[in-house]
Amino acid sequence: MLSIKEIWKSFGGLMALRHISFEVKQGEIKALIGPNGAGKTTLLNIVSGIHEPDKGEVFFWGEKIVHLVPSKIARKGISRTFQLVELFGHMTVLENIMVGRYARTKAGFFSSGFKIPFVMKEERETRRKSEEILEYIKLAHRKDELASNLPIGEQRVLEIGRALATEPQLVLLDEPAAGLNIRETRDLGEIIKKIRDELKITVVLVEHDMDLVMRISDSITVLNFGEVIADGTPLEVQKNPEVIVAYLGEEEEIQKGYNAHT
Amino acid sequence: MKKGDLLAFFVFIFVIILSPVFSGSSYALTVGIFSGINALAALGLCILMGYAGQVSLGQAGFYGIGAYISSILSVHSGLPTVLCAVSAMMVAAVAAMILAVPALRLKGHYLAVATLGFGEIVYVILNEWGPGGPSGFGDIPHFGFFGYTVDSTTGYFYLVWGFVAVVMFFSINLINSRTGRALRAIHDSELACKAMGLNVAALKIKVFVLSAAYAALAGSLYAHYMTFISPSSFSLFYSILLLMMVIVGGITNLWGAIIGAVVITVLPELLRRFEELDVLVYGLILTLSLMFFRKGLVPILIEKIKKLRGFAVAKH
Repeated sequence: MLSIKEIWKSFGGLMALRHISFEVKQGEIKALIGPNGAGKTTLLNIVSGIHEPDKGEVFFWGEKIVHLVPSKIARKGISRTFQLVELFGHMTVLENIMVGRYARTKAGFFSSGFKIPFVMKEERETRRKSEEILEYIKLAHRKDELASNLPIGEQRVLEIGRALATEPQLVLLDEPAAGLNIRETRDLGEIIKKIRDELKITVVLVEHDMDLVMRISDSITVLNFGEVIADGTPLEVQKNPEVIVAYLGEEEEIQKGYNAHT
Repeated sequence: MKKGDLLAFFVFIFVIILSPVFSGSSYALTVGIFSGINALAALGLCILMGYAGQVSLGQAGFYGIGAYISSILSVHSGLPTVLCAVSAMMVAAVAAMILAVPALRLKGHYLAVATLGFGEIVYVILNEWGPGGPSGFGDIPHFGFFGYTVDSTTGYFYLVWGFVAVVMFFSINLINSRTGRALRAIHDSELACKAMGLNVAALKIKVFVLSAAYAALAGSLYAHYMTFISPSSFSLFYSILLLMMVIVGGITNLWGAIIGAVVITVLPELLRRFEELDVLVYGLILTLSLMFFRKGLVPILIEKIKKLRGFAVAKH
């Protein structure tokens, strides 16, 4: 569904990404891993339209999307979360989700201001769907709290919920487990699996928590210094000698994650 | 509308209807008319700044455009004043759109300076090319509807506050809608808004245009009430005055804009008794209120009410 072809990107003199190519198949959970500074977030930013690559193409269902602005890409069905949580802090949990419904609803300035009947109907629908999503991600009991008052674990889940509200076909999760404790990370893994299994949403996951990655992903692409060094199933990737070198000092970590998984 | 807003709205309508009955003098009513005119412009600025998070120091420019276009049209073309006001709002809206496209790429202080520049440009244009130049022009007809002219003070009071009520109704609905949520979201994180599929640039332009249209309506009502206007009413000072109104009232609340407008308009009148010291006392009151009521009058009032309710619940 998503294919990344020969992406190059540099920031000033720093070459962030070099001839990156890989595919994301519909219905899979694809993990993107690599040491800090490997270019994972840059790649997500390119797919979601925040950055434009120097060279290369991104195809979503065969359609070129690299030159589209982020809001257009979002409307095509790609949603995301952020490494540094970007919630609407002054708005309630429910309102955050409701903003996520924006691209799928219509009310404009005048129709909203004069509250014509279709707007009221749409508003009820938005509220109902948003509450459903909150039930789904188990945050319904928090709905009237300000988003900024939630603990980080719930904030990350709320971000996923907000991404779901846009009715995406593909979600990009940028380090969703960062700052989460073991139990929260486990619950997060359940949510990610659930949205793939039940909602049939494809997931691209950038993550450092190897335990989580090995447990839930179907395929893994490994980046190092802006290049793809391995691409395959969790098992294949763990055996890859280049990956082990890249993670020197962290190889035990990978092994540990694998053992925990089996 | 939410329960609180609905209740406030009924009280508001009630106060409007009864004010002329209890005002006692046409002088008080006149101050009330100016409060209403200022409230209209302040509401626009409140949505722009408090909700969408965009700064403007150029609202006087739109207010001036509203007053001049409406006056010139009514004097020279003989169009009904209602149509003149609508045309004035449209011209201001177009001006806002032209300004917004480049200016809204800027943020914070830079946007403030850009809009300030716009206000000054309008001021200079009114001085140089406006009818009568710096001394202004008069004989502007009173506001009228379909052959009925509003020329009594009480009539004009109801007219102005009627507009405030309609604009307030529109604004409350807007803020609590899909669009209003999007505006508040832009205030918090533009990045996330884009990722949610919001066209951030277009929304910012629209809200800027809306605030300009409110200011132009205020300007038009001002001109048709005074029947005489000169550029000095549309200087930077007025933009600053509007800013004070929304901040004193509470920038995160629409009711704050109305309360702020009334307070800032009425205060100088109440301070007349201090004679030459009035400006000093005025400044002192403003400084103190900003020191002790930083969030603004209305948000603090709401907090107090919530606390009292909390007590009442705790007692039971």
